[in-house]
Amino acid sequence: MSDFFTLSVLVATAASGIRLATPYLLASLGETVGQRSGVLNLGVDGVMLLSAFFSYWVVLKTGNLWLAVLVGVAVGLVMGLLYGFITVVLNATQGISGIGIYIFGLGLSDLLFRRQVGTPKPVRRLPDVDIPVLSDIPHLGPALFQRNLLTYLAFLLIPTTVFLLGRTTFGLNIRSVGENPSAADSLGVSVRRTRFVAILIANSMAGLAGAALVLQLGIFQPNLTQGMGFIAVALVYFGAWRPIGVMCGALLYGLVNATVLQWKALGIIPVNGSDLAAMAPAVLTILALVVLARRVSAPAALTRPFSRH
Amino acid sequence: MRSEQRLLEMNGITKAFPGVVANDSIDFDVRYGEVHTLLGENGAGKSTLVKILFGLYQSDEGSIRLRNDPMEITAPAEAISARIGMIHQHFMLVPTLTVAENVALGTASTRRPFTDLDLVSERVAEISRQHGLAVDPSVEVRRLAVGERQRVEIVKALYRDVELLVLDEPTAVLTPGEVDDLFVILRRMADSGHGLIFISHKLREVMSLSDRITVLRNGRVVQTITPAETSTEELAQMMVGRSVNLAPDKPKREPGGVRLEVQGLTVQGDREEISVRQVDLLVRSGEILGVAGVSGNGQRELAEAIAGLRSVEAGGVVRLDGIDVTDRDVRARRDQGLGYISEERMKDGAIAEFTVGENLLLVEHGSKKFTRRGMLAFGAINKHCEKLVEDFGVKTPSVETPTSSLSGGNIQKVILARELSAKPKVLLACQPTRGVDIGATEYIHNLLIEQRDLGTATLLISEDLDEVLGLADRIAVMYEGRIVGIVPVEEARRNQIGLMMAGVPEQEARNSP
Repeated sequence: MSDFFTLSVLVATAASGIRLATPYLLASLGETVGQRSGVLNLGVDGVMLLSAFFSYWVVLKTGNLWLAVLVGVAVGLVMGLLYGFITVVLNATQGISGIGIYIFGLGLSDLLFRRQVGTPKPVRRLPDVDIPVLSDIPHLGPALFQRNLLTYLAFLLIPTTVFLLGRTTFGLNIRSVGENPSAADSLGVSVRRTRFVAILIANSMAGLAGAALVLQLGIFQPNLTQGMGFIAVALVYFGAWRPIGVMCGALLYGLVNATVLQWKALGIIPVNGSDLAAMAPAVLTILALVVLARRVSAPAALTRPFSRH
Repeated sequence: MRSEQRLLEMNGITKAFPGVVANDSIDFDVRYGEVHTLLGENGAGKSTLVKILFGLYQSDEGSIRLRNDPMEITAPAEAISARIGMIHQHFMLVPTLTVAENVALGTASTRRPFTDLDLVSERVAEISRQHGLAVDPSVEVRRLAVGERQRVEIVKALYRDVELLVLDEPTAVLTPGEVDDLFVILRRMADSGHGLIFISHKLREVMSLSDRITVLRNGRVVQTITPAETSTEELAQMMVGRSVNLAPDKPKREPGGVRLEVQGLTVQGDREEISVRQVDLLVRSGEILGVAGVSGNGQRELAEAIAGLRSVEAGGVVRLDGIDVTDRDVRARRDQGLGYISEERMKDGAIAEFTVGENLLLVEHGSKKFTRRGMLAFGAINKHCEKLVEDFGVKTPSVETPTSSLSGGNIQKVILARELSAKPKVLLACQPTRGVDIGATEYIHNLLIEQRDLGTATLLISEDLDEVLGLADRIAVMYEGRIVGIVPVEEARRNQIGLMMAGVPEQEARNSP
């Protein structure tokens, strides 16, 4: 255990925790926007898988990382159009539709991978970019400021989301259709348009999360996410629908994951006891949910399709 | 000031829904500076008409002229930009947003795409001063009382510079005092040239506020008339289509022994707040104890605690016919002679998807009368249900009809039939005539008095003060979870009860003019 509490190991653990937190953070921030508008998307994991596959495939074929990121976002956008059409235009039940999206994403990414790639081949990864001056701070610098651009972007998107929800007219519209869509409708705010755009934002960010995941790992395999998208949805609840809270959840999750990995590497916990250790973050989230759920309330119209009577 | 010029004209408006013509070539107009009331029962077509005006529905036929120009209104946004405002029965406010955010919602910001809430707050403060509407723009709406929320709704309309304002049953949730305040504000708006459409079924209020009244029945205009030319009795007759007895006959009767006893009852509400505080009540055989109060003052929680649907805090006691049932479940209380007419008939009074017969049977479906070796005995069941439908005058094609297709009044009759057929010793009647047409209301009132004369102890909980005054032998007034006072009906004055409903103690209220 004493091996773990050395400065260099702790710094490395923090660095890897922040890296691991990035996809969760991107997906959860997007899902926060979606849920604040009253739309729950259980299909985040499926969207992440599809985006991750296409991003991987683009890097495999072209070697162009930024094209891969763009394609990942675009796949998210397309899935957002599909999900928006199902839940907003057709007013379908969100829970079941989301699960449908998940299964679709899981199956299609698996199929395409087997057809187009077959066996996993490693590709280029996102390079770490040192931020001048800041990255030279002892210990803190290597942990925080020697990360890849998507990690920086994910953290920049936190204040952006806070600002979007709190200070813009569109944010006001999002919050109002998530709490009382009839009231928003009676004031001339289009519930459908607002929710549709919120869904597009949520899904694009899920797509970005998928791209970040695969480009940090540099490899794809079927069911690469192993339920990360579902954790991302849970983190929105954990964070009480506030971007800062969601960030805390994503970081906590990433750090616990990194610690588990580190402990395995150091032999503190046996590698073949991995199943139990892998459960730790999930158990943590569930406990946090139980404690938090009593205090905060979800957007009142969450999961409720809107129609005028 | 009232002028002859027309702000709004709606001509030949027709709107049909599957199976029903909600508006049948309705003509309706509003002049500048007048309050024009739409009066009618539920389902008469009032809401449909104003929803068409507001762009929430499209009419099948007919035309709208606003300020003499033909208008097509296909969405609320168009109505708003034509300076039409609407205050809905259920407030259209977002509880988690501040007053300023609620006011700003849907309006153009001067700093697009960013909000300009500081400017909105200034304007709100200005409107508050001008119109005597006290509201704080920075408070979250969920922290406001009902009367304050309504002021926010009016500020919202004024902020949008409306000229024509529709108010859909705005007084349903207010105390009599708050109603008076609201009417002062509305009259002032009319005097400054606004046109107001007031929707209500409360005849007293309609007579006092309106310049003109248009009565609707079954989607058609019965008559447009001024208050001076008519009376509440005549209006009621127009609404129902036959003469009605608004005040039921109720001979004086000596009550018997105590049937329901509530002692030191404290109950938590849905959000774990204390909503009933140390309530003591006694109801005797052959009397109706009315509980008056504005909704949300603990009446629902009190009823649910007595019915066994809500747990009570330590120390509280509920006795039915002398037996302590505080720790007993719903079934045990029913076996002890409790009948329960719940506040929301479609939520916990009846099951909408079930047939009339199934709903009639709900409580007794396990009894020996209706089962053979654990199987339902349909012969006996159908006979029982058909008899109830006939006895209680439920208008239904058959006992096999889905309950959801019946009118509110008939569903309520189904529930009453079920509850009263068990011959309860104690009847808990919550809002028994809410949303029920006048004809069925008259029937239900007579039924409750008949039950009283048979010796049932009735606890009547109602937000309709006229109902309580008309039916109860004694009136308990509830405010913020407490019983402010209990007054025998002979001594009760409307005005005094109204003050008590706003929390004024009994003695003080009695001494008021």
